[in-house]
Amino acid sequence: MSRGRLGVNLLRAAVLAVVTAWTLFPIYYMVSLALTPWDDLFRPVYVVQRPTLDNFRFVLFQESPFVKYFWRWLANSLLVSAAVMVAVLAVAALGSYALGRIRFRLGRYISGMTLFTYIIPASFLSIPFFKIMGDYDLLDTYWALIAAMTTFAAPYALWVLWDYAKTIPNEIDESAAIDGAGPLAIFFRMYLPLVTPTLIAVGTYAFFFAWNEYLYAVLLLQGEKMITLPVGMGNFLTSDDAPWNLLMALSVIYSIPPVIFYYVFRRYLTHGLVSGAVQGT
Amino acid sequence: MADGLATARPRGLIARSVTAAADVLSPRSRNLQGLLFSLPLILLFLAFVVYPLYFEVGQAFDLYTYEVLFNDPIYVQTVVNTLVYVGVAVNLKLFLALLLSGILDDDSRSTRFLSAIFLLPWAIPVLPGILSVRWMMSSQWGILNLISEDLGLGSHHWLASRWTAIGALILFHIWKYLPFWTVILLAARRGIPRQLYEAGAIDGAGTFQTFRYISLPLLAGIYLICSLLSMVFTMGDFTNVWLMTGGAPGDSTHVLATLAYRYTFRVGKLDWGVGVFATALPVTLLFIFILIKKIR
Repeated sequence: MSRGRLGVNLLRAAVLAVVTAWTLFPIYYMVSLALTPWDDLFRPVYVVQRPTLDNFRFVLFQESPFVKYFWRWLANSLLVSAAVMVAVLAVAALGSYALGRIRFRLGRYISGMTLFTYIIPASFLSIPFFKIMGDYDLLDTYWALIAAMTTFAAPYALWVLWDYAKTIPNEIDESAAIDGAGPLAIFFRMYLPLVTPTLIAVGTYAFFFAWNEYLYAVLLLQGEKMITLPVGMGNFLTSDDAPWNLLMALSVIYSIPPVIFYYVFRRYLTHGLVSGAVQGT
Repeated sequence: MADGLATARPRGLIARSVTAAADVLSPRSRNLQGLLFSLPLILLFLAFVVYPLYFEVGQAFDLYTYEVLFNDPIYVQTVVNTLVYVGVAVNLKLFLALLLSGILDDDSRSTRFLSAIFLLPWAIPVLPGILSVRWMMSSQWGILNLISEDLGLGSHHWLASRWTAIGALILFHIWKYLPFWTVILLAARRGIPRQLYEAGAIDGAGTFQTFRYISLPLLAGIYLICSLLSMVFTMGDFTNVWLMTGGAPGDSTHVLATLAYRYTFRVGKLDWGVGVFATALPVTLLFIFILIKKIR
């Protein structure tokens, strides 16, 4: 190994060490706070002196006014996310079939429309959306939140499915059409079974898209028993003496499901829209 | 299953009649079918994207909007904040992503393990990350001041002055979103044919020359798309800023979305809130149309 090569490798190792520390530090801090007992919270240390699982117990048994509706919030989050998942799957499966299999001339406009929805920041539409939902008396209901999340999660789901739909050989539809199957029969009996693995991936994507959402949830849901987990967490901050160790225990619980999902499906999540663009350039 | 289908594929005369049968559909009924299958998508788009936008465009043509906003020093400050936040955070992040993707572009087991670790900030929802960093920066109880004091740098009120607070927002943005863009650029690098690097090595190109004459020109297009995309996304950021600073101290660290929220819910002026986005609409729409053209 030449001297220059050794230098490059040392530099590379140093950079990787710095990036690892940078990446893990806030996570380490989150977990350490979650393990910190009340008495030690206001004494900053590098390593927790007397680690305890009390904070997790307080959260799970709702033993603090800050988390007195923990299970209710969790149920709300699960309900909204599951509904968004079902709605996105329906919308995106139908849409991807139209774009990828029917291949009609107006499809260009449909795909442009989904791309537009994907790119425009959701927050730009949030205040008018809030007003519209107020006009229809849908504030503080889950319908409004589910509608918003479905709108914004559908484009990406559709793109991933469409990508896959394009690879299915045309002859399948054609031979089914010869047997007299209509488009709906082809959709349900041939298309859906073929895309099932991708449906599972994009369905979970939609689920956690809604699970992670803060802005629309905080705009649209108000009642203490109506809110989802992230809104409940944000509400800690309205108090000056917020118990951050409890909040961090809640954070850990809230993070575990999406982390598992991102690792299981990361192949799907980085594929699709942007890497589609990569291959195009 | 794919193999079975391939062998079952009809040939010759039969194939021709199959294709003919599939083409029986006229372009018009194809369009109709396509539209019917896209109907839920179209309805969502009209109701929840077009209609709110229409609302906002209406506000953009109302001169009252500009009269109110341009006379509010907080609005002017917010525009500056947003430009700094988007400009610095996105460009710094993508430049780092470009470098990091180069470092991670090998197949050794240790690199793959580290790549998996680097994805954590992306996988964790945004709230826990922000809240952890916010407490970290607490002037009395945060770990940052503990480190700063141990290094002999004294303690600071990190989130209590405008530019250190915006600096914190930028650092958090990089922490949270660097992994995603690194993965995207890594995928782009993997798309570059290996032969080019081999040819470069034969010609005696060093690390820097390989980057300058092979990777960079081939990554330029996707890098530009990533920059534009990330800038548009970040222009609408609400959650990071709202939960890290809430606009404090003294409404000096707002970005567009948090100011719109403040106008709507704290000041009680919904049309001002809509107006904040309306004023940013021309630039945003321009970026979006450039992107749509480039991506397709």
